[in-house]
Amino acid sequence: MKTLITSTTSTPEGPFDKRFGRAAWFCVLDEKTGESTFIKNENAEGQSGIGTKTAEKVVELGVGKVISGDFGPKAKKLLDKFGVQMVIINEDLKVIDIINRIKG
Amino acid sequence: MRIFSLYLYEQKFIMARPKTLRKVVKPPGFKGYKPYGHQHAQTKCVELLYEEYEAIKLADYDLMTHQQASEVMGISRATFARIYERARRKMAEALVEVKEIKAVYGHALLDKSWLICHNCNARFTIPETIRNRNCPVCKSFNVEALK
Repeated sequence: MKTLITSTTSTPEGPFDKRFGRAAWFCVLDEKTGESTFIKNENAEGQSGIGTKTAEKVVELGVGKVISGDFGPKAKKLLDKFGVQMVIINEDLKVIDIINRIKG
Repeated sequence: MRIFSLYLYEQKFIMARPKTLRKVVKPPGFKGYKPYGHQHAQTKCVELLYEEYEAIKLADYDLMTHQQASEVMGISRATFARIYERARRKMAEALVEVKEIKAVYGHALLDKSWLICHNCNARFTIPETIRNRNCPVCKSFNVEALK
Protein backbone atom coordinates (compact mmCIF):
# COMPACT_ATOMS: atom_id res chain seq x y z
CA MET A 1 0.00 0.00 0.00
CA LYS A 2 1.16 3.50 -0.79
CA THR A 3 1.39 6.20 1.85
CA LEU A 4 1.44 9.91 1.18
CA ILE A 5 3.24 12.27 3.56
CA THR A 6 2.94 16.03 3.15
CA SER A 7 6.35 17.69 2.98
CA THR A 8 7.73 21.22 2.80
CA THR A 9 10.74 20.25 0.67
CA SER A 10 11.61 17.63 -1.92
CA THR A 11 14.03 15.74 0.32
CA PRO A 12 13.32 13.28 3.15
CA GLU A 13 15.48 15.41 5.46
CA GLY A 14 13.11 18.36 5.15
CA PRO A 15 10.41 19.07 7.74
CA PHE A 16 7.01 17.48 7.30
CA ASP A 17 4.19 19.89 6.34
CA LYS A 18 1.28 20.05 8.76
CA ARG A 19 -1.02 21.45 6.10
CA PHE A 20 -2.69 19.08 3.68
CA GLY A 21 -3.78 21.05 0.59
CA ARG A 22 -1.13 23.75 0.87
CA ALA A 23 1.82 21.43 1.35
CA ALA A 24 4.53 22.19 -1.22
CA TRP A 25 5.52 18.59 -1.86
CA PHE A 26 4.09 15.14 -1.37
CA CYS A 27 6.24 12.19 -0.46
CA VAL A 28 4.75 8.95 -1.75
CA LEU A 29 6.12 5.97 0.10
CA ASP A 30 5.61 2.46 -1.18
CA GLU A 31 5.51 0.29 1.92
CA LYS A 32 6.25 -2.90 -0.01
CA THR A 33 9.44 -1.74 -1.69
CA GLY A 34 10.33 1.00 0.79
CA GLU A 35 10.92 3.47 -2.04
CA SER A 36 9.83 7.07 -1.68
CA THR A 37 9.20 9.51 -4.51
CA PHE A 38 8.49 13.21 -4.27
CA ILE A 39 5.73 14.88 -6.23
CA LYS A 40 5.26 18.64 -6.45
CA ASN A 41 1.88 19.96 -5.39
CA GLU A 42 0.66 22.17 -8.25
CA ASN A 43 -2.37 23.32 -6.28
CA ALA A 44 -0.45 24.71 -3.32
CA GLU A 45 -0.69 28.34 -4.47
CA GLY A 46 -4.29 28.26 -5.66
CA GLN A 47 -7.09 30.43 -4.33
CA SER A 48 -9.81 28.04 -3.19
CA GLY A 49 -10.99 24.47 -3.28
CA ILE A 50 -7.47 23.24 -2.68
CA GLY A 51 -8.40 20.59 -0.15
CA THR A 52 -10.83 19.06 -2.63
CA LYS A 53 -8.32 19.18 -5.52
CA THR A 54 -5.59 17.66 -3.42
CA ALA A 55 -7.90 14.93 -2.15
CA GLU A 56 -8.80 14.12 -5.78
CA LYS A 57 -5.12 13.91 -6.62
CA VAL A 58 -4.56 11.57 -3.68
CA VAL A 59 -7.29 9.27 -4.99
CA GLU A 60 -5.76 9.47 -8.50
CA LEU A 61 -2.37 8.42 -7.16
CA GLY A 62 -3.95 5.33 -5.62
CA VAL A 63 -2.75 6.18 -2.15
CA GLY A 64 -4.29 4.26 0.76
CA LYS A 65 -3.05 6.39 3.63
CA VAL A 66 -2.36 10.10 4.02
CA ILE A 67 -0.25 11.57 6.81
CA SER A 68 -0.58 15.27 7.54
CA GLY A 69 -1.11 17.70 10.41
CA ASP A 70 -4.73 18.58 9.73
CA PHE A 71 -7.49 17.98 7.19
CA GLY A 72 -10.13 20.48 6.17
CA PRO A 73 -13.81 19.46 6.30
CA LYS A 74 -14.13 19.05 2.50
CA ALA A 75 -10.93 17.07 2.12
CA LYS A 76 -11.90 14.84 5.04
CA LYS A 77 -15.30 14.13 3.54
CA LEU A 78 -13.81 13.20 0.17
CA LEU A 79 -11.07 11.03 1.62
CA ASP A 80 -13.63 9.31 3.85
CA LYS A 81 -15.77 8.61 0.80
CA PHE A 82 -12.90 7.02 -1.12
CA GLY A 83 -11.78 4.96 1.86
CA VAL A 84 -8.43 6.68 2.29
CA GLN A 85 -7.03 6.43 5.78
CA MET A 86 -6.14 9.77 7.36
CA VAL A 87 -3.44 10.15 9.99
CA ILE A 88 -2.87 13.33 11.97
CA ILE A 89 0.52 13.92 13.55
CA ASN A 90 0.85 17.04 15.63
CA GLU A 91 4.59 16.91 16.30
CA ASP A 92 7.32 18.79 14.43
CA LEU A 93 9.01 15.94 12.62
CA LYS A 94 11.09 15.44 9.51
CA VAL A 95 9.68 13.33 6.68
CA ILE A 96 12.43 10.77 7.25
CA ASP A 97 11.36 10.41 10.92
CA ILE A 98 7.85 9.47 9.86
CA ILE A 99 9.16 7.06 7.20
CA ASN A 100 11.33 5.41 9.84
CA ARG A 101 8.36 5.12 12.22
CA ILE A 102 6.30 3.41 9.53
CA LYS A 103 9.12 1.06 8.62
CA GLY A 104 9.57 0.38 12.34
CA MET B 1 -2.84 0.89 59.21
CA ARG B 2 -5.50 1.77 56.72
CA ILE B 3 -4.49 5.41 56.74
CA PHE B 4 -0.88 4.44 56.30
CA SER B 5 -1.62 2.29 53.29
CA LEU B 6 -3.69 5.09 51.81
CA TYR B 7 -0.75 7.40 52.27
CA LEU B 8 1.50 4.96 50.44
CA TYR B 9 -1.07 4.67 47.69
CA GLU B 10 -1.08 8.40 47.18
CA GLN B 11 2.68 8.56 47.17
CA LYS B 12 2.85 5.93 44.48
CA PHE B 13 0.32 7.55 42.18
CA ILE B 14 1.36 11.13 42.47
CA MET B 15 0.51 11.72 38.81
CA ALA B 16 -2.65 13.76 38.23
CA ARG B 17 -5.74 11.97 37.10
CA PRO B 18 -6.00 11.98 33.28
CA LYS B 19 -8.51 14.44 31.89
CA THR B 20 -11.67 13.18 30.25
CA LEU B 21 -11.87 14.30 26.66
CA ARG B 22 -14.34 17.11 26.18
CA LYS B 23 -16.76 16.50 23.35
CA VAL B 24 -16.84 19.25 20.77
CA VAL B 25 -19.65 18.97 18.24
CA LYS B 26 -18.07 21.25 15.66
CA PRO B 27 -14.65 22.90 15.79
CA PRO B 28 -14.53 26.70 15.51
CA GLY B 29 -14.93 27.98 11.96
CA PHE B 30 -11.82 30.12 12.31
CA LYS B 31 -8.14 29.63 13.00
CA GLY B 32 -7.90 32.89 14.91
CA TYR B 33 -8.85 36.55 15.28
CA LYS B 34 -6.52 39.52 14.91
CA PRO B 35 -7.11 43.02 16.26
CA TYR B 36 -6.79 45.87 13.77
CA GLY B 37 -6.26 49.62 14.05
CA HIS B 38 -4.18 49.34 17.18
CA GLN B 39 -1.19 51.56 17.96
CA HIS B 40 1.40 49.11 19.13
CA ALA B 41 1.63 45.83 17.34
CA GLN B 42 1.36 43.01 19.85
CA THR B 43 3.03 39.79 18.94
CA LYS B 44 1.57 37.85 21.83
CA CYS B 45 -1.58 35.85 21.42
CA VAL B 46 -4.22 34.14 23.51
CA GLU B 47 -4.75 30.45 22.87
CA LEU B 48 -8.44 29.62 22.95
CA LEU B 49 -8.90 25.86 23.18
CA TYR B 50 -11.61 24.09 21.20
CA GLU B 51 -13.42 23.07 24.37
CA GLU B 52 -13.39 26.67 25.58
CA TYR B 53 -14.85 27.84 22.30
CA GLU B 54 -17.50 25.12 22.61
CA ALA B 55 -18.28 26.20 26.18
CA ILE B 56 -18.88 29.80 25.10
CA LYS B 57 -20.96 28.62 22.16
CA LEU B 58 -23.19 26.35 24.23
CA ALA B 59 -23.69 28.75 27.13
CA ASP B 60 -23.87 32.12 25.36
CA TYR B 61 -24.92 31.35 21.81
CA ASP B 62 -27.16 28.31 22.20
CA LEU B 63 -28.25 29.70 25.61
CA MET B 64 -28.06 26.37 27.41
CA THR B 65 -27.79 26.05 31.16
CA HIS B 66 -24.43 24.89 32.46
CA GLN B 67 -26.01 21.55 33.38
CA GLN B 68 -27.29 20.91 29.86
CA ALA B 69 -24.07 22.11 28.27
CA SER B 70 -21.93 19.91 30.51
CA GLU B 71 -24.00 16.88 29.47
CA VAL B 72 -23.47 17.72 25.80
CA MET B 73 -19.71 17.92 26.34
CA GLY B 74 -19.60 14.76 28.46
CA ILE B 75 -18.11 16.41 31.54
CA SER B 76 -19.38 17.40 34.98
CA ARG B 77 -21.12 20.71 35.56
CA ALA B 78 -18.27 21.93 37.73
CA THR B 79 -15.69 21.16 35.05
CA PHE B 80 -17.85 22.89 32.49
CA ALA B 81 -18.05 25.97 34.71
CA ARG B 82 -14.26 26.03 35.02
CA ILE B 83 -13.72 25.73 31.27
CA TYR B 84 -16.36 28.39 30.61
CA GLU B 85 -14.80 30.78 33.10
CA ARG B 86 -11.35 30.27 31.62
CA ALA B 87 -12.77 30.91 28.15
CA ARG B 88 -14.41 34.19 29.25
CA ARG B 89 -11.22 35.35 30.91
CA LYS B 90 -9.18 34.58 27.83
CA MET B 91 -11.59 36.52 25.63
CA ALA B 92 -11.46 39.47 28.04
CA GLU B 93 -7.69 39.32 28.13
CA ALA B 94 -7.51 39.38 24.34
CA LEU B 95 -9.86 42.38 24.11
CA VAL B 96 -8.25 44.46 26.85
CA GLU B 97 -4.64 43.69 26.08
CA VAL B 98 -5.17 43.85 22.28
CA LYS B 99 -4.04 40.32 21.68
CA GLU B 100 -4.61 37.96 18.84
CA ILE B 101 -6.85 34.95 19.52
CA LYS B 102 -5.75 31.59 18.21
CA ALA B 103 -7.92 28.50 18.12
CA VAL B 104 -5.93 25.57 19.52
CA TYR B 105 -6.96 21.93 19.58
CA GLY B 106 -6.70 21.45 23.38
CA HIS B 107 -8.22 18.47 25.11
CA ALA B 108 -11.16 18.00 22.83
CA LEU B 109 -12.70 15.14 20.97
CA LEU B 110 -14.19 15.95 17.61
CA ASP B 111 -15.46 12.99 15.75
CA LYS B 112 -16.34 9.46 16.70
CA SER B 113 -14.52 8.01 13.72
CA TRP B 114 -11.10 9.01 15.03
CA LEU B 115 -8.77 6.82 17.03
CA ILE B 116 -5.69 7.78 18.98
CA CYS B 117 -2.48 5.78 19.35
CA HIS B 118 -1.11 6.00 22.88
CA ASN B 119 2.33 4.97 21.65
CA CYS B 120 3.07 7.75 19.15
CA ASN B 121 0.11 10.10 19.77
CA ALA B 122 -1.02 9.97 16.15
CA ARG B 123 -4.73 10.32 15.49
CA PHE B 124 -6.18 8.34 12.60
CA THR B 125 -9.30 7.05 10.90
CA ILE B 126 -10.00 3.49 9.86
CA PRO B 127 -11.87 3.34 6.55
CA GLU B 128 -13.81 0.26 5.50
CA THR B 129 -11.00 -0.87 3.22
CA ILE B 130 -8.63 -1.46 6.12
CA ARG B 131 -9.01 -4.57 8.24
CA ASN B 132 -6.54 -4.30 11.11
CA ARG B 133 -7.15 -1.85 13.93
CA ASN B 134 -3.57 -1.00 14.83
CA CYS B 135 -1.77 2.33 14.49
CA PRO B 136 -0.88 3.03 10.84
CA VAL B 137 2.35 4.78 11.84
CA CYS B 138 4.01 2.74 14.59
CA LYS B 139 1.92 -0.45 14.17
CA SER B 140 1.16 -0.47 17.89
CA PHE B 141 -2.11 -1.97 19.10
CA ASN B 142 -2.20 0.47 22.03
CA VAL B 143 -4.99 2.45 20.36
CA GLU B 144 -8.26 3.80 21.71
CA ALA B 145 -11.36 5.16 20.04
CA LEU B 146 -12.06 8.75 20.92
CA LYS B 147 -15.51 8.37 22.36
